[in-house]
Amino acid sequence: MLNFLAQGRRLDGRNKDEFRKIEITPNISVNAEGSAGVKIGETEVYAGVKMSVDKPYPDIPDEGVLMTGAELYPLSSPEFEPGPPSIQGIELARVIDRGIREAGAINTKELCIRAGEKVWMVMVDIVTINDAGNLFDASGIAAGVALKNAVFPKIENDIVEYGTKTDKKLPLKELPVSITVIKIGEHYLVDPTTEEEKMLDARLTVAVRGDGAICAMQKGGNMPVTEEDISAMVDLAMEKAKEVRGMLP
Amino acid sequence: MGYTKRFDGRKFDELREVEAKVGIIPRADGSAMFRIGKTVALAAVYGPKELYPRFMQNPQQGILRCSYNMMPFSSKGERVRPGQNRRAKEISYVTEKALRPVVDLSQFPNAVVDVFIELPQTDAGTRCAGITAAAMALADAGLTMKDLVCSVAVGNIDGTIVTDLMYDEEAYKDGPVADIPIAMIPSTGEITLLQLDGEISKDLLVKAIREAKAACLKINQIQRQALKQKYVK
Repeated sequence: MLNFLAQGRRLDGRNKDEFRKIEITPNISVNAEGSAGVKIGETEVYAGVKMSVDKPYPDIPDEGVLMTGAELYPLSSPEFEPGPPSIQGIELARVIDRGIREAGAINTKELCIRAGEKVWMVMVDIVTINDAGNLFDASGIAAGVALKNAVFPKIENDIVEYGTKTDKKLPLKELPVSITVIKIGEHYLVDPTTEEEKMLDARLTVAVRGDGAICAMQKGGNMPVTEEDISAMVDLAMEKAKEVRGMLP
Repeated sequence: MGYTKRFDGRKFDELREVEAKVGIIPRADGSAMFRIGKTVALAAVYGPKELYPRFMQNPQQGILRCSYNMMPFSSKGERVRPGQNRRAKEISYVTEKALRPVVDLSQFPNAVVDVFIELPQTDAGTRCAGITAAAMALADAGLTMKDLVCSVAVGNIDGTIVTDLMYDEEAYKDGPVADIPIAMIPSTGEITLLQLDGEISKDLLVKAIREAKAACLKINQIQRQALKQKYVK
């Protein structure tokens, strides 16, 4: 692989800064308040939004809650085990959650029904269907599209009538696009395959807002990175974030 | 009186629209999707592979392990919390019993074949859709099988036998309802899954099983077509 990369090529023939084909399918699940399927090459993930009405947390009585979870289904890879969430699944969920939160995706005050009593809880769940690498970026896109097409269900006396959807959308402001850049040797790659992920020295996921500001990051991998690495990886991520943002519905 | 017209206008012995596809998950050894109405099941098969911990191994032949799960956002009601609840565990167990008779694992002592079933959206009949998808996925994985297994739910709604209940029918309020998920080996007519909850007479039960068998054969055609689509060019 390193020989290939030295010649500026990857095992699947792509350039180092080239994504596989991205396909986005909104509304993959009719019972979710919002949902989307995203394919990047052979990698496939689903995201779905479910909303419920509950008591607010005591420290934020006038705010609703937006939470993101992720599960690495054993259905999607021979490497994922059944059972409680693995640390990889937890990291994925938290990185996507942070991106959405820190971008200011939603004003949680607008999810308040009656302060101190009832607020909307918005739960985004990401699940993996096929892992062929770069679950981070696929998950970020899927979560974003699912949130964008989510509508409130009807409520009657604070009870949710799940069968009946309203035409009221979630009060969304800004959604981030997360791009993961990996470092193998001296090479920086976007949209890694499973094989490339196994070889990586370092990984950097950068969540970028529409105005180009960075709103969340996560470094992964066993090797340290230098200041120059970070600068180059962030540049690449920001450039790709713009490109990916242009493909969103 | 009685249930004289179905909520969605189907004939009493009519299935909802069905769709099947084989090979949907490239990382898996075998995989399939089966949709019936608004219920969608994905199934992936991994194995045969060595089984750990070792005390679970069977030196006589391989074992089949099934896992049924609803995605958190798949339900008509509230979010389904991740992690298997009692219902999912039981369905996983009866799914394994429904599929095991057709799979020959005699050549794979100490090994396991894992079947994972995931439901992205549901409108009743989920265990049947899961079994139907899983049977195709097992065949796609290249395992030796004496046949497929096909599955559908039938029911008694206020004295009327109906095929392939949807949620609104399961929840029928104006009379007695019985929900009967059934799985069948199509070549022999043998039943590998039979559950029932609700109320039904012996006579109606016999009639319901007969209807289920006829519907299973239709589903079997769809399964075969989907497999052929991948393998016969």
